[in-house]
Amino acid sequence: MRIISSSEITKAVKEMCIEANYQLSTDMEERLKSVCNIEKAELGKKILSELMENLKIAKEEQVPICQDTGMAIVFIKIGQNVHVSGESIQEAINKGIRQGYEEGYLRKSIVSDPLIRENTKDNTPGIIHYDIVEGENIEIIVAPKGFGSENMSKIYMLKPADGVEGVKNAVLETVQNAGPNACPPIVVGVGIGGDFEKCAILAKKALTRNVDTHSEIAYIKELEIELLEEINKLGIGPAGLGGSVTALGINIETYPTHIAGLPVAINICCHVNRHSKRVI
Amino acid sequence: MNIKITTPLTSNKIDKLKAGDFVNITGTIYTARDAAHSRIYNTMLKGEKIPIELENNIIYYLGPTPAKEGKVIGSAGPTTSSRMDKYTPLLLNNGLKGMIGKGKRSKEVIDSIIKNKSIYFAAIGGAGALLSQRIISSKVIAYDDLGTEAIRELEVEDFPVIVVIDSEGNNLYENAQYEYKLS
Repeated sequence: MRIISSSEITKAVKEMCIEANYQLSTDMEERLKSVCNIEKAELGKKILSELMENLKIAKEEQVPICQDTGMAIVFIKIGQNVHVSGESIQEAINKGIRQGYEEGYLRKSIVSDPLIRENTKDNTPGIIHYDIVEGENIEIIVAPKGFGSENMSKIYMLKPADGVEGVKNAVLETVQNAGPNACPPIVVGVGIGGDFEKCAILAKKALTRNVDTHSEIAYIKELEIELLEEINKLGIGPAGLGGSVTALGINIETYPTHIAGLPVAINICCHVNRHSKRVI
Repeated sequence: MNIKITTPLTSNKIDKLKAGDFVNITGTIYTARDAAHSRIYNTMLKGEKIPIELENNIIYYLGPTPAKEGKVIGSAGPTTSSRMDKYTPLLLNNGLKGMIGKGKRSKEVIDSIIKNKSIYFAAIGGAGALLSQRIISSKVIAYDDLGTEAIRELEVEDFPVIVVIDSEGNNLYENAQYEYKLS
């Protein structure tokens, strides 16, 4: 059994909240750079080059890429041979979020009650997805999620008879409806299968997979390639002002489901698709 | 070529601006987003005085990140405008002339823009570090308790925006997508 202090979790979460907000991961930055040459619209090209300039300023001056520094979404995989000493894992993570958002000059965007709406002033609580796995390590992904794009996300409880065509239509309808609101060029996370909440978690998890990777399932990989082409035919373009680059990537995750169902969740993320990963 | 305008945003300036124009704004603008809009709206419904003058002014839908030492403001890009749609016609009917945000507006807002001869601009979403460089001063003037959602008075210099909905109701979002639509 390996003992890990809760303070190590806090420190990692704090640092990841800050680094994810100041600098995009290499896969995202490279993809954004590469689509500058693909965009056909003059205005679209200008917007993409300003987004690259924005990334440069954020990195050099160590300021947030976007003022919506997000709700802190945390995926944590805990090896079952690990014992965490000190505080609870939940408190360790929220403490890391609190310190990261304060010390990193990040925006505090969380309200304590969805209807009373009083700001918690420290960006906690985050949303934590726990996974118990084999081994004696802890893997943490911090994905600060902006809500301009979150608000344009959708769940469809399709019928099995709707099949793959139903899934394609659901994705394209959601992207079309998101239009300029979600800050295109977007990244699309799709969860297919499971149940009502499982497909939504899969869709969020899909956004944390690098945009330069594909599903290991052959037909899902084909679907990712086809859907990216179809999305980019919609013409929405950078900032929704017309163009050939509407999405930077689409990642699909799947899970077994019930004989009666075909749940599909589409989680939209803006071009500031932040995810930072560490293993302790 | 960007068209340069200065605030206050009077009708003669708005008349010249058309959907698709690039505009650089210089002068004073005010920030307000969800919670500030809700408060302004409810204050107006009660017939009480609100903390900013609306006449010929511009509201920027913004909640910035905190300023680092030596900086005027943190990252400062636009938030999604449609969440303000419920409150907007009342503000436009009371003299507000310009709005800066991102994304679509409701039919009620577009009708009110035409009726009141006002204008809707978009700034580039997700370019908050870049846009903050055009803000030369920032001070909270009301609703301090709302944190990032407080009302701020900003002095901006050549703040870059694009006219999305002009005073005649022409809508860049609707026209632009179809030019590049392939399916």
